[in-house]
Amino acid sequence: MSVLTPGSTVVPDPDAEAPAAAPAPARRRRPLFGYLATPLVLGLACGALYLWIQGKELDSIEERLLNAEGIQNGVIEHLKLTGASTVFVILIAVPLGILLTRSFAKWFTPGVIALANIGQMVPSIGVLVLLALVWDIGFQPSVVALVAYALLPVLRNTIVGLQQVDRSVIESGRGMGMTKRRVLVRIELPLAVPVILAGVRTALVINVGAATLAAYVNAGGLGDIIVGGLSTSRDNVIITGAVLTAVLALFIDWLGAVVEDLLRPKGL
Amino acid sequence: MNDPMIRLEGVTKRYPGQDKPAVEHIDLDIPEGEIVIFVGPSGCGKTTLMKMINRLIEPTSGRIFMEGKDVTRVNPDHLRRRIGYVIQQIGLFPHMTIRDNIATVPKMLGWDGARTDARVDELLDLVGLDAAVFRSRYPKQLSGGQRQRVGVARALAVDPPVMLMDEPFGAIDPITRDRLQNEFLRLQAEIGKTIVFVTHDIDEAIKMGDRIAILRDGATIAQYDTPKHILSAPADDFVADFVGSGASLKRLNLSRVRDVELTFWPTAAVGTDRAEVRSVLRASDKGAVLLLDGNDRPVRWVTARDIDRTDVPLEQAGLEPEAIVEPQATLQDALNLMLDSSHGAAVVVDGNGTYLGAVDFATVAHAVQAMRREAREQLRAAAEGSSHPGEVAAS
Repeated sequence: MSVLTPGSTVVPDPDAEAPAAAPAPARRRRPLFGYLATPLVLGLACGALYLWIQGKELDSIEERLLNAEGIQNGVIEHLKLTGASTVFVILIAVPLGILLTRSFAKWFTPGVIALANIGQMVPSIGVLVLLALVWDIGFQPSVVALVAYALLPVLRNTIVGLQQVDRSVIESGRGMGMTKRRVLVRIELPLAVPVILAGVRTALVINVGAATLAAYVNAGGLGDIIVGGLSTSRDNVIITGAVLTAVLALFIDWLGAVVEDLLRPKGL
Repeated sequence: MNDPMIRLEGVTKRYPGQDKPAVEHIDLDIPEGEIVIFVGPSGCGKTTLMKMINRLIEPTSGRIFMEGKDVTRVNPDHLRRRIGYVIQQIGLFPHMTIRDNIATVPKMLGWDGARTDARVDELLDLVGLDAAVFRSRYPKQLSGGQRQRVGVARALAVDPPVMLMDEPFGAIDPITRDRLQNEFLRLQAEIGKTIVFVTHDIDEAIKMGDRIAILRDGATIAQYDTPKHILSAPADDFVADFVGSGASLKRLNLSRVRDVELTFWPTAAVGTDRAEVRSVLRASDKGAVLLLDGNDRPVRWVTARDIDRTDVPLEQAGLEPEAIVEPQATLQDALNLMLDSSHGAAVVVDGNGTYLGAVDFATVAHAVQAMRREAREQLRAAAEGSSHPGEVAAS
């Protein structure tokens, strides 16, 4: 065994083993262009939509539905609905997922996942109407409906993310005297972060789409434009609302991808 | 013998819903500073037995003592911080640098950063990795052998008196494994830990172990003894079967050339007159004379026919001696070379290449017989000692 003192020059590797992988810390990053491509395309789409609408003769109903202030409010309300529901989804699903992967919980894990499955299977519009009947209309019931709808991806990814952590890594941690809580916080959760974030991203995109339905229970958002267009049979308005929703969904998905790249632990 | 480092007393593990216990009533003393190997067929419970020592598996009954203290009831997390742990998959934390991996236990024990850094560098040096290069790398950037070394360094972080190793070299290619085993033995000679080592490979057990516990189903101990005794005098058919048919060959791995009496071989200095070389050859029962240079280094094997060939100088006739061993080589190495050599002998030289003697088949056969005789006598003495303690005391 050749003993090297720290700081000594690198002696030719004492072993003829396969050379280690790239010396620079490996972190999968796309090139800068990869990051900028999506917002660029989305910006172009918005510009094209604007020019297209500008080039049309709008009647009074369309004028009323499509104005800068209305669209701005719609986007803000939409983001509020999506943001609030996603925050609640994370606050509920991640701790629940952690709980369900503990060894004492294996008996009721299938039941809880079945429940979350039901939440996603029942059409959101049905949940919204049901909540409007038994409770209220507006922002709060809409958030509840969106949470029920988007809980499953985050819950499932939290569970899968924790389960896919290499057992031997956990065993070596426990074997060195790390407490269960320490293993969870220092080992399991950091290693599950990429999978959990992928679930959060899915939930965000689902919520951007589903939040358009909140317009039916008077919670605002870009759904107002689509619903307004539908009820007045104005195709231009429907298309504008739909394109704006799609652009928003893609933009948020892109933000999610950037965050995933930033939060992925080094060394993976 | 002093107090054992680890003592198992009636240790048993039963799993609910299984008739047979996984481990049944084991009593075992593990002496300080030795490598004790648990070896047995897969499913015999050897890993379970080992994991009960650091209580990753809680024994159903029985008691475990470390350094004389009962550790069966102490906080298992605190216990494990005093026991190094190395597993086959190594289990390095992929999201932490090598430095942070090694610092796992020091961190839990509240060491400050400077002390930890110094210790990390010291350990990396100890296992033969350049600290400046490796401390900030991630496990993914290391080869299998390098990871294994980091695993050992991590287990040694707070200098625990005891180490548990579960097939630590199991997932490594044979060539690297051999080198890591040798490195580890050298390291152990330096650090002198008490090590419990689990493997299913009897050859690894013989190579690495100061003592071997051969386990059969239910982790009952078939034989617990030194490798030499297990090879020379297996306790029963199970042990003999497990050791396998090559027991005598394996035993050769345990003796070194320096331990046996070297065979005399006829030699002559380079430049000696042909007639004289011929008379040396005639006087011996061997087929060739070994020519030595001015520094007594072996140069050529010369047979009778080479002596008759007068067209070339004697030191260029014949064959070069290829089977050359040093005294610290094992008899198995010597035998291997011997089989390939032209005259059925391995030439023994010291570190400077000076001729010391030769090892041939008769030497090896003699050594094997001596080992077997010695083991039988010790076994008989032990048996008599235990069955007639009164007589021994009286005599």
